[in-house]
Order: sequence, then structure tokens, then C-alpha cells
Amino acid sequence: MEEKKSIGSRIGAFFRWIGRDLADIGITFARGDWKTRISFLVVGLGQILRGQYVRGISVLCLAAAMLFYIFGFGLSYLKDILTLGTQGRGFNPDGTISLGDNSFLILLYGILTIIVILALVLVWRINLRQNREAQELLAQGKALPSNRKDLYSVLDRNFDKTLLALPVLGIFVFTVLPIIFMICVAFTNYDYNHQAPAKLFTWVGLENFRNIFSIGGEGYGGTFFTVLAWTLIWAFFATFLNYFLGMAVAIMINKKGIRFKKLWRTILVMTIAVPQFVSLLYIGKMFASDGLVNAYLLKWGLIQKAIPFWTNPTYARILIIVINLWIGIPYMMLIATGLLMNIPEDLYESARIDGANSFQMFFKITLPYMLFVTGPFLLTQFIGNLNNFNVIFLLNQGRPQSMNLKGGAGYTDLLVTWLYKMTINDTDYKMAAVIGIMVFIVTAVISLVVYNFLPSVKDEEGFQ
Amino acid sequence: MTRKKHISNAIVYIVLIVISVIWLFPFVGLALQSFRSYISEFGGMVNYLIPKKFTLDSYKFLFSGECQFPRWYMNTLIIAVAATVFNTIIIICVSYALSRLRFKGRRALMNIWLVLGMFPGFLTMICLYFLLKMLGLTQSGAVPGLILISVAGAGMQYYVCKGYFDTLPKALDEAARIDGANRAQILLIMIVPLSKPIIIYTALLAFMAPWCDFVFASYVAFGYSASYNVAVALQQWVWTNDFQGYFTRFCAGGILVAIPVTILFMCLQKYYVEGVTGGSVKG
Repeated sequence: MEEKKSIGSRIGAFFRWIGRDLADIGITFARGDWKTRISFLVVGLGQILRGQYVRGISVLCLAAAMLFYIFGFGLSYLKDILTLGTQGRGFNPDGTISLGDNSFLILLYGILTIIVILALVLVWRINLRQNREAQELLAQGKALPSNRKDLYSVLDRNFDKTLLALPVLGIFVFTVLPIIFMICVAFTNYDYNHQAPAKLFTWVGLENFRNIFSIGGEGYGGTFFTVLAWTLIWAFFATFLNYFLGMAVAIMINKKGIRFKKLWRTILVMTIAVPQFVSLLYIGKMFASDGLVNAYLLKWGLIQKAIPFWTNPTYARILIIVINLWIGIPYMMLIATGLLMNIPEDLYESARIDGANSFQMFFKITLPYMLFVTGPFLLTQFIGNLNNFNVIFLLNQGRPQSMNLKGGAGYTDLLVTWLYKMTINDTDYKMAAVIGIMVFIVTAVISLVVYNFLPSVKDEEGFQ
Repeated sequence: MTRKKHISNAIVYIVLIVISVIWLFPFVGLALQSFRSYISEFGGMVNYLIPKKFTLDSYKFLFSGECQFPRWYMNTLIIAVAATVFNTIIIICVSYALSRLRFKGRRALMNIWLVLGMFPGFLTMICLYFLLKMLGLTQSGAVPGLILISVAGAGMQYYVCKGYFDTLPKALDEAARIDGANRAQILLIMIVPLSKPIIIYTALLAFMAPWCDFVFASYVAFGYSASYNVAVALQQWVWTNDFQGYFTRFCAGGILVAIPVTILFMCLQKYYVEGVTGGSVKG
């Protein structure tokens, strides 16, 4: 299998590929005619001279735009990327006001410039390949593809590029670039005290990572591990409780002899239909100290004092897991209903003849089948719950907070809600970035490990 | 035997009825409290469920011009409709390319997107805010800004749709190609009509998401209330101390948001179920 290659051999393969490519460029130049050679200098000129206007002009325009960005704009930022600016906003020695550098822009545009330079190399390389192809075709006495055909190819042979151009560009600008930027921020001291443009921020190496792992004193370590542990506990319960109870509800609704199946299902599905910010905000308020639940318990004399649902860490944690059932069971019920119907009826029939009761049938037939089929689904659910922002935040915003926890974290905060609070309340961007990277690591490790253990991945034909 | 069956069925009925009551209670409570008057009774938290007198005061307030509720509603609707149209188109394009076309870098692209998806979305909030600000799409321009962000990220949500395209037989494509159709024609004339359920599912999800987006939306529209969407505006009424007596008005607004979205969802439920079950099995 391809994935099983060791990292060493991959790196080796990468360098061999680079070597081959360089050699290929050399050969292209050595054997090239003057039209090919001139394209080494002016991208697209060779194609235009051969009459391939569509190709030539498109690569020429691309390369021109990139060069314009790099020299007109990007390089002035890129040159400061190692320091992220030296002069803050203030007065020059001669008394004039200086706008100074802006670390944020230097970092962002610096990264963009590096990427554009790499893209320019790629365009240049594509341009060489086009020249070589054209030259070889002509040498064999064949005709070059016409401009019309080139244009038409975006609907046919090159349709993938047409379809993917916009989505890839959008993801690059609004996902890839920001993620690279934030990964870099994790290695700087960008926070409340270093807000560009008034104050500069700069590289601090692994300082922030040391902070997040250092327990005691000013370190964030204790808080980080508390939040991480709760995140994992939460994801575990939220996933598996919903899974089994949702399946149980589905089995009950589908039980033979139970009527109004559609009604039960519709009632449950309401929770998926109503926007969560309405339902969860309302439920959160229901359990507040002055909320309905406490009010009625007091009125009926069941309790003397309001139960601190949201201010006691343990109560809050349990309550959140319970309320999440309200969200999660209907979803699982829908999925389980479809899957339960797929289990061949004769399996149950023969089990019944052998004298199995319904519990045995559940544990020997239904459960193994469901676990097998929904393995990947459970994994994505688990990952989704690790990052389940809405439930936590809408119910009680990660509270209760505590002096024992740093960085404004509360006892029901997940890593993502903590990250959010750091960005919004504390504007501690550097630590928010570190936490983001931690979330990524946790997600990636769990995904990789679990994925390799899933029976349905190992053995696709298993349950047939 | 039949006696045993009757008892077990009775137990199941009781459980289902209890479940139904629990599941419906928040909605009933929400509706009941929205009819409590904030003028003659009290608009905040009270210790009884059924209002002493049913009034429409909270609803009247929403449309009275004292708040910009109709504006917030329109903002959300605009974002939702635009996101539905554009996100669906983008997801179809990406799914078709990744499912039917074979090109260099296809695997690499899918792997890169998979890895990108493991980063939490809120990580990049400040950077996105800055990018939008550069384009003039924050505060007063927050509505187009939110549409742009939603559409720009849509490409990565191709999984369920691609999974569906994968199940359509390849022989169809080949037959069409023999008849001289190009790939664009195959997508438009053949794949799209065949994929109606999954397209409706994709569109439904895209439509529902903006109604719940309060995190990024409040960040982008910060302090400019004309650009709020309903989620941003209504959550303020619950959380901020300045709006202590606004609870019933939140309930009324919540009801007005929930009713159309819920009806739409219930009408398209069939497609939703098809989408989630199909998507969950393939993972």
C-alpha cells in the first residue's frame, strides 16, 4: 500500500524527483530551439510565437501578475519577515511622526509572497513543459492543438481545472493562508501587549509551547491538561451515550406492533430542525438558578435552595452531557433506523429458531453489525464532539470559571471554546494559536490511530 | 406469549411518551413564554411556565421599530439564500471533479483538505477578520462578508455529495461520451438531474447553517447592529445584562426564526435522512 511507505523513503523519493526535474529542465534548454529558450526568460513567448495564443497569453498574464505582486508589493514585506519589523509607530529622531512597521502585515504578506514565488516557479515550469511538448510535436511533423481546441478543453479534457479553480482559490485565501499565518503566530509573542500596528510583535521560538506544558507558577500547563481531559471525557460520553441510546430509541420505534412510528420520529426530529441557538439558549436558561427547573422544584418543596446547575463544575459537566442527549439521540435515531432495516431479517429468524432471546439477538446480531457499519461514522462523531462549540457555548459558555484555571478557562470549556475566549476576551492570539495546533494534533492522532484499527477499513468485505 | 408481548409493548409506549414529553417541553415552554407580556407582567425570568395573560406584546415589540428585528431577519435570509445557491454549486463542482475526473494531484488535494479540516475553524478568526476588513466587508459590509467566507470554504464539504456521485454507475458517463458529450455536458445534463436528493440535502444544510452562526457573525459585524443576523442579535438579549427584561422577547424572536426553518426542514426531511444515513455509512 502506498501509505505504508516509510518517511525516509518518501524524502528520498522527493529528492530524486527534484533531481529528475532539474535534469529535465536542463535537457529542455539544451535541446530547445530559440523559441523554447526565449521562454526561459519571458514566460509564454515561445507559445505565442508558435501561434498558441491561448496558452501563451494565459501563462504570460499569470506570471506578469505574480511578478507585479512580488516586486511591487511583496518583497518590501518579505525582507522584514525575520524580525517582523524593527520600528514601531512613534516619532523619528528628527521629530516627524513615523507610521512604523506592522508586524501583522509583514507576517501575512511575507507568507503570501513566499507562496507566490513558489507558484511563479510552478507556472514557469508548466510553461517550459508546454514549450517542449510543442517543439517535439512539430519535430515529429504533427500539428499543434489549435487555440479553439485549447479553449474547448476547459469544458472537457481540462474540466477538472475549471471546476476546481474557484473552490481551490477560495480555500487557499480563506483557509490555507490564515492557517499558515496562525501557525506562525504560535511562535511569536502576538498578544494584548503586542498589538500591531501600535506595538510590534516578534518571533519567540518555542516559548509559547513551553508555557502550555509548564505546570505550576504562571504556566498554562495545569489549565491545559484540565481542559484537554474534560474535552476527551466529553467527546467520549457525547459520542457513545448518544450512539447507544439513539440506537435503543430507534429499536423501540421500529419494534413490531408499535404504532404511530412517524409521529414519534417527527417529534424527535424537531430538535434537528429548530436552530440550536434558539433551543439550546432556552434550555440553558431553563436550568439557570432563577430558571424554570429550579423554580418548580422550589415551588413543589422538593428542594430548599436553588440547585447550582451551572455554577458547580460537576453538575455543569453532567448536565451538559445529559442535555447533549437531547440533541444527539434524534440524529442517531435517524441513522440507526435506516441501518437497522438493512439487517437481513432471516438472520433474526434463524436466531429465533435456535432459541435466542431478544437480548442475545441484540448483542450477537444487531450490535456487531451496527458497530461494523458505523465505525467511520463514530470516528467522525468523536472528532466532531471534540470541537462541539455550539452545545458548550450556547448552554453556559464554558463556565464556571475559576481562579485555578488560567487564561479565562472554565470547567466545561473544551479546547475550542477556550481558544475562542482567548481570541475574543483576552486577545491572547499567541496562546490561541498554540491551542489550535494542539487541537489539530489531538484530532490527527486520534484519527490516524482509530482509522487504522477500524474493522471496516481493514476488511471491507467483513460483514457479508 | 401474547400477554408478554402486550406488556413489553406497553412499556415501550410509556417510554416513548415520556421521551416525547421531554423532547417537546423546551418548544412548548418557548412558545408559552413568548406570549407573556413584558409590559403588564415581566419580561425576564419568572418562576411559572404559563403566562397569566396571553398577549402578543413581545411579537409587537419585534416589529415596532424599537429594534431592528426585520432587518436582522432579512440579513439572515439573504446570507442563507446566497449560501444555499453558491455553496451548492461549488460542492457539486468539487464532488464531480473528485468523483468522476482523474487528474494529477487528485489524491494529494483530498489529503490536504482532510488535514486542513483538522484545524479548528475558530483558529483563523483574527486573520479572516483582517482579510475581510481589507476588502471592506466588516461592520456595515458584514452580510456580503459572511457570504464570502461561507462560499470560500464550501469546497471542503464535498464528502457526502462525492460519496453519492461515486455510487452512480460509470457506464453512464462512458455512454454519454460515446454519444459525443463533453464532460461539462455530462455533469449538467446527466449527473445533476440524477442527484436530486443529495443536492437538496446539500442545499438544506447550507441554508440551515447561517441561522445558527453567532460566533463569527458577531465578530465580523462587531458593534454595527444593522449587520447583525438573528442569532447574533437574539443571543445578546439572553446573555447581556443590559437586556435583563428581554427574555420573553427572545422567546418570541426564537419562535419566528424556528417556525419557517422547521417547516422547511420537515418538508425536506426525507432528503435529509437519505443524506445523513448515506454519509454516515461511508464515513
